Amino acid sequence: MKKVYVNEDWCLACHLCEFYCAAANSGAPDMVKAFKSGKKPVPRIQVEEGSDVNFAVQCRHCDGKACVKGCITGALSIKDGVVVCDESRCVGCYTCVLSCPFGCIVIDEEGHRIQKCDLCTKNHDGEPACVQGCPNKAIVFEER
Amino acid sequence: MLQREGETRIPAGCAISGFINRSGRRTNGSVIVNSIGCMHERSNGLGGGFAGYGIYPEYKDQYALHVFYDSSEARIKTEAFLDRHFDVVNLSRIPVRKNPNITDEPLIWRYFVNPLPTKLQDSQLDERTFVARCVIKVNDKIDGAYVFSSGKNMGVFKAVGYPEDVGDFYRLEEYDGWAWTVHGRYPTNTPGWWGGAHPFSLLDYTIVHNGEISSYDANRRFIEMFGYKCNLLTDTEVITYIIDYLNRRIGMPLEDVAKVIASPFWSELESGKFSPEDTEKIRHFRNVYSSLLITGPFSIILGFNNGLMALNDRLKLRSMVAAEKGDTVYISSEECSIRTMCPDLDRIWSPRGGEPIIVTLDKDAQERVGK
Amino acid sequence: MAIEFMNPLFEVIRDSDRCIKCRVCERQCANEVHKYDADLDKMISNEMTCVDCQRCVCLCPTHALKIRPNENQFRENANWTHQTMDEVYKQAGSGGVLLSAMGNPKDLPVYWDRILLNASQVTNPPIDPLREPMETKTFLGKKNQGITYDENGKAHYDKTPYLELDVPIMFSAMSFGSISKNAHESLARAATELGTFYNTGEGGLHRDFYKYGANTICQVASGRFGVFKGYLDAGAAIEIKMGQGAKPGIGGHLPGMKINDEISRTRMIPKGTDAISPAPHHDIYSIEDLRQLVISLKEATNWEKPIIVKIAAVHNVAAIASGVARSGADIIAIDGFRGGTGAAPTRIRDNVGIPIELALAAVDSRLRDEGIRNDVSVVVGGSVRSAADVVKAIALGADAVYIATSALLAMGCHLCRSCNTGKCNWGIATQRADLVKRLNPDIAAERLVNLVTAWDHEIKEMMGGMGINSIEALRGNRLMLRGVGLTQKELDILGIQHAGE
Repeated sequence: MKKVYVNEDWCLACHLCEFYCAAANSGAPDMVKAFKSGKKPVPRIQVEEGSDVNFAVQCRHCDGKACVKGCITGALSIKDGVVVCDESRCVGCYTCVLSCPFGCIVIDEEGHRIQKCDLCTKNHDGEPACVQGCPNKAIVFEER
Repeated sequence: MLQREGETRIPAGCAISGFINRSGRRTNGSVIVNSIGCMHERSNGLGGGFAGYGIYPEYKDQYALHVFYDSSEARIKTEAFLDRHFDVVNLSRIPVRKNPNITDEPLIWRYFVNPLPTKLQDSQLDERTFVARCVIKVNDKIDGAYVFSSGKNMGVFKAVGYPEDVGDFYRLEEYDGWAWTVHGRYPTNTPGWWGGAHPFSLLDYTIVHNGEISSYDANRRFIEMFGYKCNLLTDTEVITYIIDYLNRRIGMPLEDVAKVIASPFWSELESGKFSPEDTEKIRHFRNVYSSLLITGPFSIILGFNNGLMALNDRLKLRSMVAAEKGDTVYISSEECSIRTMCPDLDRIWSPRGGEPIIVTLDKDAQERVGK
Repeated sequence: MAIEFMNPLFEVIRDSDRCIKCRVCERQCANEVHKYDADLDKMISNEMTCVDCQRCVCLCPTHALKIRPNENQFRENANWTHQTMDEVYKQAGSGGVLLSAMGNPKDLPVYWDRILLNASQVTNPPIDPLREPMETKTFLGKKNQGITYDENGKAHYDKTPYLELDVPIMFSAMSFGSISKNAHESLARAATELGTFYNTGEGGLHRDFYKYGANTICQVASGRFGVFKGYLDAGAAIEIKMGQGAKPGIGGHLPGMKINDEISRTRMIPKGTDAISPAPHHDIYSIEDLRQLVISLKEATNWEKPIIVKIAAVHNVAAIASGVARSGADIIAIDGFRGGTGAAPTRIRDNVGIPIELALAAVDSRLRDEGIRNDVSVVVGGSVRSAADVVKAIALGADAVYIATSALLAMGCHLCRSCNTGKCNWGIATQRADLVKRLNPDIAAERLVNLVTAWDHEIKEMMGGMGINSIEALRGNRLMLRGVGLTQKELDILGIQHAGE
């Protein structure tokens, strides 16, 4: 299955992935509108910066699935290998936020629910927005 | 004012035809005149000419120089030059017959000559190179003189007009040869200069050519490094020099000459069609003799001292048909002209682009006819 | 504080309706032009250091940025232009030689643009490259070996060393030092994939790149940086750099601050020291000395590699080329006055040398007149900007071309001409690790391959139009060229006729 991987050698910490992610999942038709109307959308990917090395982190869609097991309402589930969240069932208990070892589950801009990377399966056809927006191929979407 | 050959480059379409008898049996010139007559539509009356091989058995050891003069002054200058370099065995005007379609004829002279031994020795050149240099010098340096034939036991006859009229004008029915070639010309403007008609020749090499090569200036600028002067700016001239350079001066067999000027495509080389040795050789040719590759459409018949070679460009962008009957091989732009010469053929085929047809006199015929 | 005589060259135009304050411009500008002001909650600009490299513009996700020439003007004066005055102010402030990068930007004639190509009509057919073979393979090296046949008709010939190019385009010399390791890797990988060659420049060959040796030309320049037997053996050919189009008559200077561990090791000089190439090779003060170096290098590499001699296009280039052709070299590379550089004194770059078109035509004609064109191949560079320039160069007489500026553009360079500052925002002309990282060779190599492949297609289209199906039939085929708006003298030098003739 194709997943998002990062190549820290090429990450410039430009943070564009965060903005492309946030805009893509905001429901707004373009980035200006996404960021200029109401609350700023929260990205589901975050760049970790070090002195020499940087990389972006988002849900690994991992084998552990602590988040799925811990979800008290069954909002989190696995569909075709992708860990997805049914927002209508999320009650904002944040168990998953605490249990994710990668810190990849974030609280949405309203502060009531969680949101997480779903590989842009709900908004884009094809490549996730962070991959498309990366100027240096530091984030790739591929089979490994 | 219209510029003639040598002042500008004139593209031309054409008809060509030729045949050779392998046993050295001589055929009357009227046959080749008839053959080109049926391709009248491929010419436009602005140039025609013939080359006959084996036509001067009585002077077979002398170089036969055919010369056009614009004036007697040019003739005097040229004859003085010839006297300084050659022993002139015989000289005369070439006999012609008045033809209403052939006009503005220059003075047309013929000389049978041997190079002066002392001059030849001084030049440190071999005999053929010496003669070639002299011919090139007359054509380049003497205004109004043009040597249009310079081989042994062969001759070129050409003029402005339809080729069948040119044949009549030169009374070709009075000559017999073991090989003949002919050219009917369709130039795109009207220079009307006799020297510009074809065949083009140097020593016993003659070329009749149909096409317009796109590599012209690349070929010209390369070959001029080796002492040739392309005065006419025609394809035929440069092709003749290329063949002279490769075949006579380098000693390359005609099969290999064809591989240089109509080299196989890289894709053919990679296809494994050739033996490893040939592949390596062709790669070498395409490296070292790359500037002699000829591109663009051409079909040529090369006449030389003991045979004919026919060759198409590697894409075969010009028509050319070959045929065989007994010991005679025919080549022409169109089948009809071959059928005119020989209605009942053993075999007729269309040679592939870049694949030469080389026909030489049989061994005993070579000895009999003499080179 | 002293008065600042100069104005910023550029203005940053930021559309606040579009700006989302993502700060990518700030993070990506090594010149620190952009800054987020938290108090004002907006992006602000310090335009004084802007070089118009366009990095911020290209990365801005909302297209909120434009960089424009500063509209502020000194009082108009055709003689004392803004730039001329700026340069005086700059020198009055610094007391130094003005430095510039990349090629001559002056409004001098570009002969490529005054030459038009032919096409076939009626008398011979154009050839369709999509349907028929169309060949651009080129060999570089001596072509004077000859051939002999024995009595059995078997051919005998010697082969001298040559380069085989699948496209008649090579990447010109750019040293590791003037450009980054990633840029070098991109060029090496692209050359390998394209079946052509890249050139190390005078900075030696990084140990990681020996594996690309079959597609590498190793340069030997006056500083001899990084030259040792292993280096000479590594490449497919060796180039002796006698001159460079951007700065004929002078050497090079890579400042010590760029000599980091890797460069120090590759150039074989101490870290942090200036790498200064002398103006001449101190063992070559004349043509006979060049011959000795050519022979020495051949001897050192077992006579297996072609030797290229690169010269700048200067006034008597034809005579120099003739001398080089007789020096034993296999290939002459001529670099025109528009050729690029990582750094050159501005006055040299803008005033020394001649256009490559004229130099090429003069050299090719001269070598043919002397009957020695076969002794060498001719490669030209110095602003070959497109496939049309390539076709015109080959028709004028070149065997192949060198491109460098076009290659840099393919990798992202926007010709801001600030290579000398070492702060290339595109990761090309810099050694700062955080900037070098911006050039991912996976992307850059692919873009280089795309560029040359596209040019190759275009070359084939133009050749097909002329009825030529092999590049060798185009070489020196000046009948395919016509000049427009040129004087008779210029036409004579180019060896072409005027359009309409």
